[in-house]
Amino acid sequence: MYAQGLIGADAATTEDAAFLERFQARIDAEEKIEPNDPMPAGYRKTLIRQIGQHAHSEIVGMLPEGNWITRAPSLRRKAALLAKVQDEGGHGLYLYAAAETLGVTRDQMTEELLSGKAKYSSIFNYPTPTWADIGAIGWLVDGAAIMNQIPLCRCSYGPYARAMIRVCKEESFHQRQGYEIMMTLARGAPAQKDMAQDALNRWWWPSLVMFGPPDSDSVHGDQSMAWKIKRFTNDELRRKFINATVPQAEFIDLTVPDPDLRWNDDTQSYEHGPIDWDEFWRVVKGHGQMNRDRIAARRKAWEDGAWVRDAAVAHGEKRRTRHTAALAAE
Amino acid sequence: MTDQPAFLELLLRLGDDCLVLGHRLSEWCGHAPMLEEDLSMPNMALDLIGQARSIYTRAGEVEGKGRSEDDLAYLRADREYRNLLLVERPNGDFAHTMLRQFYYAAFMEPYWREAVASSDAALAGIAGKAVKEIGYHVRHAGEWVIRLGDGTEESARRMAVAVDALHPYTGELFAVDGVTDAMAAAGVAPDPSALRPEWDATIDTIFADAGLRRPEVAYPQLGGRQGCHGEEFGFLLAELQYMQRAYPAMTW
Repeated sequence: MYAQGLIGADAATTEDAAFLERFQARIDAEEKIEPNDPMPAGYRKTLIRQIGQHAHSEIVGMLPEGNWITRAPSLRRKAALLAKVQDEGGHGLYLYAAAETLGVTRDQMTEELLSGKAKYSSIFNYPTPTWADIGAIGWLVDGAAIMNQIPLCRCSYGPYARAMIRVCKEESFHQRQGYEIMMTLARGAPAQKDMAQDALNRWWWPSLVMFGPPDSDSVHGDQSMAWKIKRFTNDELRRKFINATVPQAEFIDLTVPDPDLRWNDDTQSYEHGPIDWDEFWRVVKGHGQMNRDRIAARRKAWEDGAWVRDAAVAHGEKRRTRHTAALAAE
Repeated sequence: MTDQPAFLELLLRLGDDCLVLGHRLSEWCGHAPMLEEDLSMPNMALDLIGQARSIYTRAGEVEGKGRSEDDLAYLRADREYRNLLLVERPNGDFAHTMLRQFYYAAFMEPYWREAVASSDAALAGIAGKAVKEIGYHVRHAGEWVIRLGDGTEESARRMAVAVDALHPYTGELFAVDGVTDAMAAAGVAPDPSALRPEWDATIDTIFADAGLRRPEVAYPQLGGRQGCHGEEFGFLLAELQYMQRAYPAMTW
C-alpha cells in the first residue's frame, strides 16, 4: 500500500562538479544506477530515506487493516484480507532488502522507526472503526499508492525500480478488491451504504494528502526530480488520482466530500477545495489519533519478539558449533 | 452416504478445527516477532481458512438444508462448534502458538494422507490439497519447536511451559466415538486412534532435537467434540461473528 511525498529528505551532497555531471549524464541517459555504482552521497541518503519510509509504511500499514481480519464479515473476505495484509508485509520485506543494498540494515531501519526518527505514511495514523474502512483503504489508499508507485517502476535506482514492478501489480489487485468491497456495500442495505459513505468521508482528504505538500511548498522535489527518483510532482500525481477516482465514486453512487469539487473543461481536470495542510503536518509530527498506538504496537511486537529472535540466533550458533565439532571428530 | 448425520458431524469437526485454528493464527498478523513470521503465520492461516471453506461447503451439501459456508462458520451457537479444545487455546507467546500448530499439524498430516483415499470424492479432493499444505505446517512449526527448545535458556523455559500447558489437550486428537467409528468403517475418514503411533514418533523426533520431554498426561482434557468449550472461546466467537450478528442477512 502506501506512498507519500517524501517527508523531510536532505539531498545535500558534496561531490565535485565533474562527478556530479558524470552521474547526471547517466541519469539523463535513463541508465539504471546499481548498488555498487558510484553515486552522490545525497542520492544515496535520499533513497535510503525514501525506501525506508516506504518499507515502514507497509509494515505499519498492516495494523489498521489487520484490525479487521478477525471480524471480517465472510470467509471469502477474511481470506482476501489476510492475503492482502500478508502482501503488505511482503512488500515491506523486499523494500527493506532494496534499502539494504544502499548500506543500511533492517535492524537499523526498525530502530529508527521505533524511535520516531524515521517516518511512515501519515495515512496510517487514522483509525479503522468499521468494515467499510477496509474497502476505503483498498480503493483510495492503495489507489493513491499506485499513482505514486507506477512512476517509481522507472526510478533511476535499479533495485527500487524492480521491487516496484511487483509491488504495483499486487497493489492494483488490492485497489480493485477494495473498490469491490465498496461497491458491494454501496449496493447493499441502507446501513451498508451509510457505512460506505461514512468511510469515504473520512478517508478522502487523508488520501489526497498522501501525495505530499503542494509543489509550491516542496523543498526537495527539484533534486529528486533531476535524479529521477521522483518522476512527477506531488500536485501532478494528486490531480491524476482525483481524475481517476471521482468517476469511480459516482459510478457506485457515493458522494466525494468536497463541496468545491468541479470539473474544469479547459484543463480537462477536476479542481478540488482547499486541503487542510495544518492537519497534515500535525499528523506527520505525531499528533494524529493513532500515531502513538501504531508505534506502541510495533514496539510491543519488536520487544516481545526479542527472545524469539535471540533464540533463533543462539540455536543457529549451537548448530554450527556442533557441526564443526562433528567434522573435527571424523 | 449411508450415515448422513455422522458424516455431517465429522465435517463440522474438521471444518471447525481449521476455522478456529486459522482464526487464532490470524490474530498474530502484524504483531509477530519478526517480519518473516508476519508472512508465514498468515500463510498458514490462509491454508486453514481455505480448508474450512471447502469442508463447510461439503457439509452444507451433505446436510441438504441450503446452509452456506458462511452460515456454518458464523451462525451457530457456542455449543454447536465441534473443534478440538487444542485449537481454540489462546495464542499465548510464540512458543505456545508454534507448539499448538505443531501438535495439530503432526496429527493432520497422516490424517489427510489417509483421507486422500476417502470413499467420499469431495473429502478426498480436500485431503489431496490439504496434505501438501499441512506438511509445510509440520516442518515450519517443528523447526520453531527445535529452535526455541534448543535456543536460549529463556526460550527453552518458555517452550517447556508451553509443553506443560498444551500437552493435556492432545489426547482429544485421538478420541473415538460413534462418529469416528462409523466413518472409519465406511472408509470415509481414518480412525484417529490409529494415527497415534505416527504422531508420537513425530513429536519424539522433534522433541529429541529440541531437548524437550513428552509428558505423561494422567487426565486428558476433552469436550470440544461435544461442544463444551473453554471460557475464551466465547470471545473468539463474539469477534468472529460480530458483523454477521450485528447486520443479519446482508451480502458482503
